[in-house]
Order: sequence, then structure tokens, then C-alpha cells
Amino acid sequence: MSLTEQSVPTGTWQLDPVHSKAAFAVRHSGIATFRGHFNDVSAELADGTLTGAVDVASVEVPIAQLRGHLLAPDFFDVEQHPQITFSASDIALDTQRTSSSGTGGERATVRGELTLRGVTKPLEATGTIAGPATYLDGNERIAIALETVVNRHDFGVSWNAPLPSGGNALGDDVTITVDLELVRPASDTA
Amino acid sequence: MKLLGIVGSLRAGSYNAQLMTAAAGTLPAGVELGVYDGLRAIPPFDEQRDATSAPPAAEAFKRAIAEAEGILFATPEYNGSIPGQLKNALDWASVPFEHNVLRNKPAAVLGTSTGMFGAVWAQADLRKVLGLIGARVLDRDTPVPLAEMSFASGALDSELLEAVTATVIDLVAMVNERARALTA
Repeated sequence: MSLTEQSVPTGTWQLDPVHSKAAFAVRHSGIATFRGHFNDVSAELADGTLTGAVDVASVEVPIAQLRGHLLAPDFFDVEQHPQITFSASDIALDTQRTSSSGTGGERATVRGELTLRGVTKPLEATGTIAGPATYLDGNERIAIALETVVNRHDFGVSWNAPLPSGGNALGDDVTITVDLELVRPASDTA
Repeated sequence: MKLLGIVGSLRAGSYNAQLMTAAAGTLPAGVELGVYDGLRAIPPFDEQRDATSAPPAAEAFKRAIAEAEGILFATPEYNGSIPGQLKNALDWASVPFEHNVLRNKPAAVLGTSTGMFGAVWAQADLRKVLGLIGARVLDRDTPVPLAEMSFASGALDSELLEAVTATVIDLVAMVNERARALTA
């Protein structure tokens, strides 16, 4: 199966965690963008359904104090909500356009549900699905790159601090991006 | 259930100690409140003497927090914020930061002052500090204003006592909710 046939890859595709990433970005100090990511990401595309999760405890930011605050009840509350999960069975390819990113692939819209801090909300993400390509190990892999924006308050992540110049330290909208490489084992040639 | 009360004032007969006593009188059945009395002995926080070499008074403070299921604070307001001795003790409790004894610990804040506002700035600052340290903080102040008058008769009036009771009840509920979540 190839995306040149303009359909979502069938069969089971498993994550290559080394070459995958889930990240977030939020407006900081009213003028800048702060970025962080999660080191432990899991994902699978199986029979047209994309599922994924990150271990909240694997959040990576530059200093331990900030990491500790992000794990606390003020933010992700890792004790009670150790995972952020996503599931989508509605994956639509835009067959009229290919990606302009230079990496190829079809533009895709993915609709599913995001569960963060125990709150589940419908979510729509857009991006690209590219491949399959045969990697050095001889196995086929596809690449899924998605982006969406959520209002963190919808998920109960509402910490903030007022700035002397007005406004707040953190923005409300958070951009979530995932860059996934998914591998089809040689035995799964469906 | 075991709660720990921490009073931010060191003054003998302080109004916040009286407020903590009033709160202790509102406890539901099966809930105990032990009030920590070692704040004065805790030396200034020194980041280099952290988890591996904290002074005994700081270790005792951390141990008392660790052994309690929830923490109830009563703070005065000095110059618009929390007393230095209370902040100092919390700085000791905050290390090692990612695994400190306050992390995820349910906590609630009371405060009284002789002014009109009942230490609301101190309470807001205390909630901010506790949140940064990683505690599970009840998102509400419980101000008891005009302390001299409020405690003149030895007991709070019914309206203030009702507010204190509600905070204690909510703290107990947070402890129970956390226990349920951890055993689910």
C-alpha cells in the first residue's frame, strides 16, 4: 500500500520511539513561545485507528524546578493523571493536495478524542501522512505529523501569574505537535 | 485521618494559633489534627544543605508533613505576605524538589489579622508557594478579619466559624479523594 493510492495505510504500524516526538508550545510572558516535550511516547496505527499516549512523568523542560511544577497539581497532576492519551478512527486524507513541506506525503485531518488530566474532549488535528518508505532494516515505515491547538483551561490546566505589564505569564492556547514514525513489522504485510 | 496544623506566627497566644484551635474544634469524627510547634527551631534555609544534610529541626518538620495526610495552615500577614519563618520552613520542606514531602499533599489555608482583610494577601501568597512546591491546594482563602475583636470572646462568631468549618471539611474531602484515586 502506498499513499500514492490516496488511502490511510492498512494493517498495524508500531511506533519507532527513537524517531518520534510529542511536544507542546505555549505563549510565555505575553511575547514569546515556550516549548517542552515528552520523552516517553507510545502510538500505533492499526486498521485505520490511530492511538497514542505520553507518560506525563517524562516531560522534559530545561530545569528541574519547572519540571516539578509541571508534574504538580497546578499543571498536569501526574499523580492522579499519569498519561495523556489520544485516539482517532476518523483519518481523512486531502487527495487534492500534497504537503508543501518538502517531505512529501498527503495532507491529513484526524478527528478523535484527547484525554488530559482526566478530561476527554473531541479534537481535530491536521498535518501530513507520508510513506511508506523502506528503512535500513528493510521494514516499511510511515510518518505522521500532526498539529492542533487546545485551550488548556478546557482540561483544567489553569495555573497562571499576572505580569506587571498586564496580562498573564502563560497563554491559554497550547499548540500540540506530534511527529511519529511508525513501522510495519516484516511479518505484517497486510 | 491525620492532619497537621501549621501556624505561621511564633507569638505566644497568637491569633492564628487561636484560629487553629477553632479549626480543631470543627473536625469531623475520625479526623485528628496535630499542631506543629517547632517552627522557631528551624534554621535559615541553605540550599547546599539539602536532602542529605538538613538540620534536625528541618528534618523533624519534613517528617511531620510526611506523616500527615493533609496540612492545614493558619497564617498571619507580615508586610503584605507570609511570615519569613513559615516561608523558610516551607523552603526546607520543598527539597529534594521533585520528591518533596509536600508534593501532592492536600493543603488548605486559613488566616487572621487585626486588619479588615484577614491576611488575604498572605493566604494568596501561601497558596502560590504551596502550589509551586507541588501541593494539592484548596483554591480558596479563609480570612478572619479584625482578629482582636473576632477572638475577644474566646470563640469565633457563627459566620466565621462556618467558613472555617467549610475549609476543614473541604480539606478532609481532598484527602479522601486523593486516597480513593490512589487506590482505584
